[in-house]
Amino acid sequence: MTRPEPVPPEAIKTIKAIPVRHPGRWAAVIGVGILAAMLISNLITNTAYNWPEQLKYLFSAPILAGVKNTIWLTIAAMAGGVTLGILLALMRLSANPLLRSVAWLYIWLFRGTPLYTQLLIWGNVGALFPTVGLGIPFGPEIISVPTNAFYSAAAAAALGLIVNEAAYMAEIVRAGIQSVDPGQLDAAGALGMSRGQTLRRIVLPQAMRLIVPPTGNEAIAMLKNTSIVAVVPYAELTFAAQSIYATTYQIIPMLVMACVWYLFLSSIMMVGQYYLERHYAKGQAR
Amino acid sequence: MVRAEGVRKCYGHDEVLQGVNLAVSHGEVMCVIGPSGSGKSTFLRCVNHLEKIDAGRIWVDGRLVGYRQRGDKLYELCDRDVAEQRRDIGMVFQRFNLFPHMTVLDNVMEAPMRVKRDPRELAQACSLELLDRVGLTRHQQNYPSQLSGGQQQRLAIARALAMRPKLMLFDEPTSSLDPELVGEVLDVMRDLAHDGMTMIVVTHEMAFAREVGDSLVFMDGGAIIEKGAPREVLANPRHERCKAFLSKVL
Repeated sequence: MTRPEPVPPEAIKTIKAIPVRHPGRWAAVIGVGILAAMLISNLITNTAYNWPEQLKYLFSAPILAGVKNTIWLTIAAMAGGVTLGILLALMRLSANPLLRSVAWLYIWLFRGTPLYTQLLIWGNVGALFPTVGLGIPFGPEIISVPTNAFYSAAAAAALGLIVNEAAYMAEIVRAGIQSVDPGQLDAAGALGMSRGQTLRRIVLPQAMRLIVPPTGNEAIAMLKNTSIVAVVPYAELTFAAQSIYATTYQIIPMLVMACVWYLFLSSIMMVGQYYLERHYAKGQAR
Repeated sequence: MVRAEGVRKCYGHDEVLQGVNLAVSHGEVMCVIGPSGSGKSTFLRCVNHLEKIDAGRIWVDGRLVGYRQRGDKLYELCDRDVAEQRRDIGMVFQRFNLFPHMTVLDNVMEAPMRVKRDPRELAQACSLELLDRVGLTRHQQNYPSQLSGGQQQRLAIARALAMRPKLMLFDEPTSSLDPELVGEVLDVMRDLAHDGMTMIVVTHEMAFAREVGDSLVFMDGGAIIEKGAPREVLANPRHERCKAFLSKVL
């Protein structure tokens, strides 16, 4: 064996080296800076944005009503979609072959057709089912109510979004549940926990860690997809903006103003998602 | 306490258990050794019905596991009855399988509170006592990922004991531990054996089997090849396969 070289005393001191140069970063700073300056100058000098007009309508009654409808539609669609999605995911993972097929068929149907088309159909359900009643299949009807008596545009919009969202949520929830270590099922089972308890207390809380990020994605997508229900027709935010520019012809200002609202709402949702993710990361080694 | 007769188990065409017969009496510590793939762990999982058996019978505490016999017909037990049978059988796994989203204390309290429906105060008092017994009182508010392997396995033992089982199954409890952490887990198991717990321990720790075990079973190829007093089997194995195995591990 060779003796180790004696360490020179200056090598023991804390390292003070000249860092690697990053010329690419400086080039990027200049490039992005030019683009940003162009954008800002355009936003300020281009009168077509008509900022005073936007400010005039930003908190006007029809826009606030549209914002309110957008918010409740998003909440209702996500709440309904998540609930139905969990149910469908459990059906897909069930030992019962009938439930498995039904869930598969549901997902196939609602994921395989465009949301826009589905919403048009939901908006015209009255043509498909003029009356809704309770009766015996192929037999007599016991009670019958005209569809339009209770089926409003709001109901059509919410229903259409829920039914579509559930198909996507089902796949997200299924992936989350399947990611949980099977050893967890062994441990819960060995302790004498029932299947329902195992699902609620052990599997779902762990699956949530994988379910929350894509669900946040879905919720933000939903916030914006509510703008499509204008076809039902239902007066959400974009619809409200459109009905204002239909009389004032201030098209760009109203659409930009709607975007400002959407950005504000989705920013709030991102904050919520951050805290949800932190909650379900409990106990995870980083 | 445990009786198995002609237990067979197949995965497809692969027969992993080929007619296992054994009996464990009350308070007995039975160690099961054998090469990997010999069916030791599978058999253990059959005892609390985590695996279904294809032939034979297993009784725990006089009750048939997983089935109900009426006349000469066997009826499968529903999930609830299986769960109820498992309450009396504790199990410790090679890879701990702790609940990562719960604190140390909650891991122990979960089953007494949800399964036995013990009130929170009672469950907490019992759980703290158990944590003290396995030396984890200081870590009660930590999460499992913050513990060492040995601490995690001791927690897993406390979690199983919280249901006050009559029988404890150990599936290679020290096999995924660093060598210096094995001792602390074996110490807890030794204490448990001295307190009179009935235990079936699948293990590679021959010293533990010799010192703590009341009986030793050598399995190979899905069958029991040799059984007897641990000292006797370990010192003078009669079967060639047992001899060959022991010469490799001892």
